[in-house]
Amino acid sequence: MGPETQPTNQPIAREESAGYDRRIQNYIYNAAAHGLYEIRGLGAKRKLPHFDDLVFLGASMSRYPLEGYREKCVTKTVLGTRYASKPIELATPITIAGMSFGSLSANVKEALGLAATEIGTSTTTGDGGMTPEERKSSQTLVYQCLPSRYGFNPDDLRQADAIEIVVGQGAKPGGGGMLLGQKVNERVAGMRTLPEGVDQRSACRHPDWTGPDDLTIKIQELRELTDWEKPIYVKVGASRPYHDVKLAVQAGADVVVVDGMQGGTAATQSVFIEHVGIPTLAALRQAVEALAEMKMTGQVQLIISGGIRTGADVAKALAMGADAVSIGQGALFALGCNRDTYFQAGEHHSAVEDYAALGTAPGFCHHCHTGNCPVGITTQDPILEQRLEPAIAARHLRNYLQTLTMELTTIARAAGKQNVHHLEPEDLAALTLEAAAMARLPLAGTNWIPGW
Amino acid sequence: MDGVMAKSTCFDLKQTPLRQVNQFLHHQVNPADSVTILNPDGAHNLAVGLDLPIAVEIHGHAGYYAAGMNKQARVIIHGNVGTGVAENMMSGRVQVKGFASASAGASAHGGLLVIDGDAGLRCGISLKGGDIVVGGSVGSFTAFMAQAGRIVVCGNAGDAIGDSLYEAVLYVRGEIKSLGADAQFEPMAEADYATVADLLDKAGFSHDPQEFKRIASAKQLYHWNVDANQEY
Repeated sequence: MGPETQPTNQPIAREESAGYDRRIQNYIYNAAAHGLYEIRGLGAKRKLPHFDDLVFLGASMSRYPLEGYREKCVTKTVLGTRYASKPIELATPITIAGMSFGSLSANVKEALGLAATEIGTSTTTGDGGMTPEERKSSQTLVYQCLPSRYGFNPDDLRQADAIEIVVGQGAKPGGGGMLLGQKVNERVAGMRTLPEGVDQRSACRHPDWTGPDDLTIKIQELRELTDWEKPIYVKVGASRPYHDVKLAVQAGADVVVVDGMQGGTAATQSVFIEHVGIPTLAALRQAVEALAEMKMTGQVQLIISGGIRTGADVAKALAMGADAVSIGQGALFALGCNRDTYFQAGEHHSAVEDYAALGTAPGFCHHCHTGNCPVGITTQDPILEQRLEPAIAARHLRNYLQTLTMELTTIARAAGKQNVHHLEPEDLAALTLEAAAMARLPLAGTNWIPGW
Repeated sequence: MDGVMAKSTCFDLKQTPLRQVNQFLHHQVNPADSVTILNPDGAHNLAVGLDLPIAVEIHGHAGYYAAGMNKQARVIIHGNVGTGVAENMMSGRVQVKGFASASAGASAHGGLLVIDGDAGLRCGISLKGGDIVVGGSVGSFTAFMAQAGRIVVCGNAGDAIGDSLYEAVLYVRGEIKSLGADAQFEPMAEADYATVADLLDKAGFSHDPQEFKRIASAKQLYHWNVDANQEY
């Protein structure tokens, strides 16, 4: 029974409209007052079919589990085996997604690198170029080639471990980056060749190629430039992943990254975040299918991102056919995003008043775009950025990544797998019709896959 | 290096694979060396990623991204080029003796790109500090979102030149079909005449700087919406 038919003791004079509920009323009042759409950070907030709607079946009479703590379960992950002479080798399939210096402070970029290096995974640059801090702190660094080409240069390309051509991102497939003026300080402006304080709207299209045929040549250029050493990833926002993955493979990608609509952003119109793109769950299944049809499973690796939060999410993504996952928002939460306190100079300090100044509260904040992050993550403010100390933050993120990896192996062992990459769709069942249809998995307790 | 003579090398792309030529250009040259490439036959990605002050001459037509991401080198293409010649150049000089296709000099951070003939669409798109001199005309969307640097066009310009410009400045001698969003004509100052004279001289053209018009950003798009805080 849906909420609209639930019995209520409200008199008819107090009946709330489903179509014009108070959320929509507030949206209209706000639009009427400002004449400007809302811009915010993070990802889609609406409830979507997701990995939570799947469960693992676990070992049983016909399946043989592994001992949870003692028996070996391999997490090693190799990316870029198709053409690159130096593929990426990671200790875990959990990588850190591309997030820019500019949207994040230099301290945060350093913390991401330190934690990833300790765990043995990769970090990724963003729409602001590579900072010396992150190159130094990251053992394995993926260098993004974005439409804006801010700070893009051959020296950083040569010192990268892999190259990611960004076609789009899940929060806004079809949109470019955005960094509002308050975050475009002297250093950020300098790296991006922009006037200080300008409301930066990055290009949404690459300047020197316009379609998959051009992309083929662009990928070859980057390979020629770097002597065919480095893996080349192509990242797409999830809109038509079945076709986009095929086109990326055809264009010569070593690795395809598919970012679902739950993927985060530092700043975008909320209408874009909530209404453009498809859920990660649906995108992953289509991407896996595309690779299988091209007989490229295992040759071209698939990284999925967009709302990967827990070890269970990682395990389900791998079981559905991803080779690795990428985490952005989860990593920021591990650093203290939306917490009521920040940890500075050895003690916790309340950030509640600073959230209130932004018109929000801990747990609800999505004001990354303002640059006034109360916990010092999405800021360029010299005072606020000190609220995040790289060594402490890196320890938290390392713990988080370690927890996810342990949860992943726990599930893999329970499913009888000696290697997390051996998880398979047969290990999964769906709890809802939507998830069953999107993931093309049977509804739990049945053999039914809707629409299949 | 002392006492070592600069060496000259010649490759025939009919004989030597592209990858081998590029790797030679990356690892087996010294400053002041010169390299000649014959029979490019429209090959893409020729002489990309150069990182030393060497001289490269390509005899024939090149494909996409000729001399892409160049640093320091002087590259001359005796022919036409495809999309993205000298894209993201950092420094050095690239000259096209013929015509250039789309996105010539895209996102170039530095250096000088000279196109003796015409350039196609989106010449100087996302330019970030490089200079471009076009002897002929340019197509539409020239300097789209260009952030810094100068573009001198000796011929005519197509539609929407200078759309969404930041700090890059454009000089056009001929007719302009239309200006892009937020682009405007501005009066030429002494510094502009000097800039045009200098770039024309470096590119080997002899036009009178007085014949050029200046186009720059009106800066109305720099900030999101000036009325954003308007309350009723």
